Amino acid sequence: MLTEQDRQIIRILQNGMPLVSRPFQTIAEKLKMTEDELIDKIRNFIDNGQIRRFGATVRHFDLGFVANAMVVWDVPEEKVSETGRIMAGFKEVTHCYRRPRRPGWPYNLFTVVHGQSREYCDEIAKRLSQATGITNYSLIFSAVELKKSSMRYFELGKKAKSGDQGLYQVG
Amino acid sequence: MYLDNIDRKLLNLVQENFPLVPEPYRKLGGIIGMGEGEVLARLKRLQDKGVIRHLGAIFDSRKLGYSGTLCAMHVEPDRVDEVAALINSFPGVTHNYLREHRFNMWFTILAGSRAELSEILSLIREKTGIKEIMELPAEEVFKIKVNFDTETSTVSIEGYIEC
Repeated sequence: MLTEQDRQIIRILQNGMPLVSRPFQTIAEKLKMTEDELIDKIRNFIDNGQIRRFGATVRHFDLGFVANAMVVWDVPEEKVSETGRIMAGFKEVTHCYRRPRRPGWPYNLFTVVHGQSREYCDEIAKRLSQATGITNYSLIFSAVELKKSSMRYFELGKKAKSGDQGLYQVG
Repeated sequence: MYLDNIDRKLLNLVQENFPLVPEPYRKLGGIIGMGEGEVLARLKRLQDKGVIRHLGAIFDSRKLGYSGTLCAMHVEPDRVDEVAALINSFPGVTHNYLREHRFNMWFTILAGSRAELSEILSLIREKTGIKEIMELPAEEVFKIKVNFDTETSTVSIEGYIEC
């Protein structure tokens, strides 16, 4: 369980590392802790998996990956884990999840693939299909990015259920 | 923007291994062979130009006690802007993509609890009048971490669909 102090640390850490000589010291001062205590806390968060990664998130525009496709697969239940692991092993696959089937929606394994073109995404999907023997799949290309933002955790005083006000406060 | 080889090296390094030491930028400089000042100047430029979106902790929402799901719905083409504006107004909606499919709007929601998640989805149904929203929460994660080699081709894609 997270303590109130943990939450306070997360609230500040999610703003990112300041570009100053001793960034942990700067943050620690705000939290009224020492630099060492903060670094230890961060290590604990990493060990416990609450921090998935500590580093930079880099935008991928301009970097040569123009097409992304969600490839969805209809996989027999008993083969999902094995298939998911095989697909996750491909470097072109950036995300791979099992999700539930729904009425009119037979696909239970989701992958996101990135490539230089649609044709290349098609090609990757074919290779994934050949590697796993799963033949019922569909590529769904993205047309427009409508929103992309980082989640703000444990923010006080902000309504999570807006909907009324701030209709256009996009990320 | 143009990235030189040193930018790429720095990006590569800082994606995975931000040093957890009192003077991390000095340490990064030591690895690449430059001073702390130049590391800070380059990172500042990469941030200002939007190449670096975030520098620091990337949290696992589930481990923080949050609930989330991927959602898909069919929105008539002439209502896309209006419906997107409504859905995007919820802070917990982190990603929203228009995709080429009958289910054309795909978005992710994070909320502090399952109850709050249901409440937000009910509000979206009510306010848009669109009853059919497919909820597709991740049941098993096989891969999420993404780091491409910035020295050869470049890229990192994070939290693209996190729920």
